[in-house]
Amino acid sequence: MINSSIYIQSQQEVFDVVIVGSGAGGGMAAHTLTKAGAKVCVLEAGQPFDPADPKDMTQLKWPYESLRRGASSSLRNFGDFDAAYGGWDIEGEPYTRKDGTKFDWFRSRMVGGRTNHWGRISLRFGPDDFKRKSIDGLGDDWPIGYDDVKPYYDKVDKMIGVFGTNEGLRNNPDGFFLPPPKPRLHELMIKKANKALGIPTYPSRMSMLTKPINNERGQCFYCGQCNRGCSAYADFSSSSVLIKPAAATGNLTMLPFAMAREVLTDPATGLATGVSYIHTGTMQEYTVKGKIVVLAASAGETARLLLNSKSSRFPNGLANSSGVVGKYLNDSTGASRSAIIPSLFNRKRYNEDGVGGMHIYTPWWLDNAKLDFPRGYHIEYGGGMGMPNYGFGWGIEGLNGRENFTRDGLKKAAGGYGATLKEDYRRFYGSYVSFAGRGEPVVREDNYCEIDPNVVDKYGIPVLRFNYKWSDYEVKQAKHMQETFEEIIHAMGGEPMGKKPGADSNYGLADPGRIIHEVGTARMGDNKNTSVLNSNCQAHDVKNLFVADAAPFVSQGDKNATWTILALSLRTSEYIIDQRKKGNL
Amino acid sequence: MKRRDYLKNMGLSSLGLAVFNPDEKAIENLESAKVPVKRPNGRTQEEAEMEARLQAEVFLNKHELDTITILSDIIIPADGKSGSASQSGVTAFIEFIVKDKPEFKTPMRGGLRWLDSESNKRFGKKFIEITAAQRINIVDDIAYPGTAPKHLSQGVSFFTLMRNLTATGFFSSKMGIADLEYKGNTPNQWNGVPDDVLKQYGLSYDA
Repeated sequence: MINSSIYIQSQQEVFDVVIVGSGAGGGMAAHTLTKAGAKVCVLEAGQPFDPADPKDMTQLKWPYESLRRGASSSLRNFGDFDAAYGGWDIEGEPYTRKDGTKFDWFRSRMVGGRTNHWGRISLRFGPDDFKRKSIDGLGDDWPIGYDDVKPYYDKVDKMIGVFGTNEGLRNNPDGFFLPPPKPRLHELMIKKANKALGIPTYPSRMSMLTKPINNERGQCFYCGQCNRGCSAYADFSSSSVLIKPAAATGNLTMLPFAMAREVLTDPATGLATGVSYIHTGTMQEYTVKGKIVVLAASAGETARLLLNSKSSRFPNGLANSSGVVGKYLNDSTGASRSAIIPSLFNRKRYNEDGVGGMHIYTPWWLDNAKLDFPRGYHIEYGGGMGMPNYGFGWGIEGLNGRENFTRDGLKKAAGGYGATLKEDYRRFYGSYVSFAGRGEPVVREDNYCEIDPNVVDKYGIPVLRFNYKWSDYEVKQAKHMQETFEEIIHAMGGEPMGKKPGADSNYGLADPGRIIHEVGTARMGDNKNTSVLNSNCQAHDVKNLFVADAAPFVSQGDKNATWTILALSLRTSEYIIDQRKKGNL
Repeated sequence: MKRRDYLKNMGLSSLGLAVFNPDEKAIENLESAKVPVKRPNGRTQEEAEMEARLQAEVFLNKHELDTITILSDIIIPADGKSGSASQSGVTAFIEFIVKDKPEFKTPMRGGLRWLDSESNKRFGKKFIEITAAQRINIVDDIAYPGTAPKHLSQGVSFFTLMRNLTATGFFSSKMGIADLEYKGNTPNQWNGVPDDVLKQYGLSYDA
C-alpha cells in the first residue's frame, strides 16, 4: 500500500509546541502546556485508544470471549485482552542488534503508549538514586538531586493519584498517598516469612484510585485488570488521565497514525522548526511546524529521531555534538522465580482480584558496600486466585507426583488423567506465588543504540541497531535475587518451581530490554561534551528542543521509571512556560 | 466519553484527520478497500482480520477432531461437579489454537497419527473404533511420564500436550471457571481476607 507519490505537505499553522509521543512524558507535557494556554500538536505513531469505548474495551471480559482464551498473539504480546497494541516485533518496523548482543524493544502503537498496560508501580527515585557515582564511584551523578524533583513528584502524586504509605524510608521517599488495599492471603504469608528473614515488606505504591480524586475519574472497583485499561479511568494511563483533559482545553491537536521521521531545523539559526512524519495509513509525508519541539517518543525512538535528523549543520544528528545520543542505554535488571505453597491447597474460594498487581512490595533493603554487587533491586510479588486463562494447568505433570503433594495419603505417579487429575487442578488452584526482582544496572557508555546503516522500516525511516551486554555487576545481583527468592519460598513452607537458575543462565537475568524500562539515550548533564541535555532536559545544542521521556535519565535507580518520567516532564514543561514568559524561547 | 466525542475533542473528525490532512478521502477509500472484516468490540482492525483468516482456515479434519473429543474426555471426564472437556467446548478450542500457534500443528497431527498406529498395532483398529477399555490400555502407558515404557516416549509427549491443552481449554471455559469457583471479574470492594480464612491460617492484619 505504498503510495508512489510521496510528497511533503506543508501545513499553515505554526504550533507553539509540537510533541512527539503520547505516553507518560508526552502526555504530561501536552497536559501542562495546553492548560497553560499553548497551542500544542501531539504526534502519535499508533491508533486512538479509549478504555471506556466499547470498541477498545477489554475490561471484565471472560477468557472464553477470546478465541485463544486470552493467550498472547503476534498483535498482543501480553495476552489477548492486554492494552498494548504492538509488542516486541511489529510488522514492517524492524530493529537490529550488533555483534550477537541482545536487546528486545517493546513498543505500543496507540494513544497513551505503554502507559495503557503498564504495571502502575509508581515509585519515586530517592536521594541516592541521583548520586550513585558519589556513593560507589560507578556511572555518573545526575546534575540534579532529589530536592530538585521532589516538588514535581508531589504534584504528580496529587494530580494523578497513587496509593501507598509513608514509611520514612530515606531512599524510598514519602509522598501523598491514597489508602493502600489490604494484603491478600499469600501476601500476608510472604510478609510473615519476610519478617522472620529480616526482609522488609510494605504496602505497594501504585497509581490506582482507591478513593476518588476528581469528577473526571472514577474509583477502583478491584477487578485486578489494570493492564487492560480502566473504563472508569481509575488507574493512570496517559491517554485517559493526561491526553483526554488536554484535549478538553481545545488547545490540543492530537494526530494518531503519525510516525515521526525527523526533527526539522532552520539551517541559518540551527533552531528546530517542526517535525516531519509519515501518515501510517496513506504513507504520505507531512510536516508540522512548531516554535518548540518536545521529544517524548520513548528512549529508543527519541534517540532514533535525533540521530536521523541529520543536516549539514548537524552531521551527527541533532543535538549530538557530544556524540552521546544513543549511548548509556540501560534497562532494569530482572529475574524471577515461582513456587507452590502446599498449605494453600484446596483453599477457600472468595474474590481476591484486588487491584491489578501486588498489594505489597519490598524496596531495596541492604547495604551494597557489604555485598559483591554495587546496586540494589526491589521485589515484586504475585499470586492468588486469579482468573483462569490460557496456560492454566500447564505442566501439572511436574507437580502432581511430588512426594509431599499426595492427596489422602495416596502417592500417585506424575501426570495422569481422569477424575483424580481433574481434582488435582482444583486442589492446586490459587496455591502459586511468584517473585520478581527489578534492579539497577551500572550504566555503561558501550551499551548503546545507533542507526543501522543498512536497514529501513516500511516508512523508509532508518532503524535502530542495539548493542547491549550485561556485566558481572548485574549477573551477581541476579544471583542474589535467586537466593533471596528461595529463602522466602522456604520460609513460607513452599516448593520452588523448576530448577534454580544457575550460572549457565546468568541466574535467570532477563535479556536487556525485557523489563521495558529502557532509559538514558539522551542523558542530561552540566558538561555539553558528555551529555545531550541540560538539567532542564533542554538540548545543549538546540535551545528550543526538549526531551520529556526516559532518554534524559542518567541512571535507572532500583525503581520503575514512570513516576520520574512524569515528574521530569512536568518540570521541563513548567520550565518551557517560564522561559516563554521571559522571552528566552 | 463516547469515541466520537473523544475524537472530536482531540481535534479530529470521526473519519480521521480531516482537520489536518487534505487526503482524508484517500485514507477512507484505502481502508474500505483493504478491510472487508468488521471490527468487533475489543479487537483492533488488524486482529479482526487475522482472526477471520484463522477461522476460515481448515487444518484438523473430522477424524482428528473426533479423536481429540474422545481423548479430551478421558483426560477431563464429567463428574458430580461439572461436565466433561468436550462438553465445555475443548474440541473447538484445540481446533483453533493449533492454527493460532502453528508450533502445535505437527505435534498434534503427528501425535494423533501415532495414537492410531499404536491402536492398530495392539487392536487392529483406529483409536476411535476400539472399546473404552482398550483405549485405557493405551492411555495408561503414555499418561505417566515418570514411569512410561521408554519405547513409547513419543506417545508420552503427545499425551502431555493433549493434557495441557485440554486442561487449559476446560478451565478457561465458562463451565471450567464455575468448576474452579473463581469468584472475581466483577466490580466489588476489596476489604481484605475474610476473617475465617485469616483464622484458618493463623494470620492477622495487626501483626
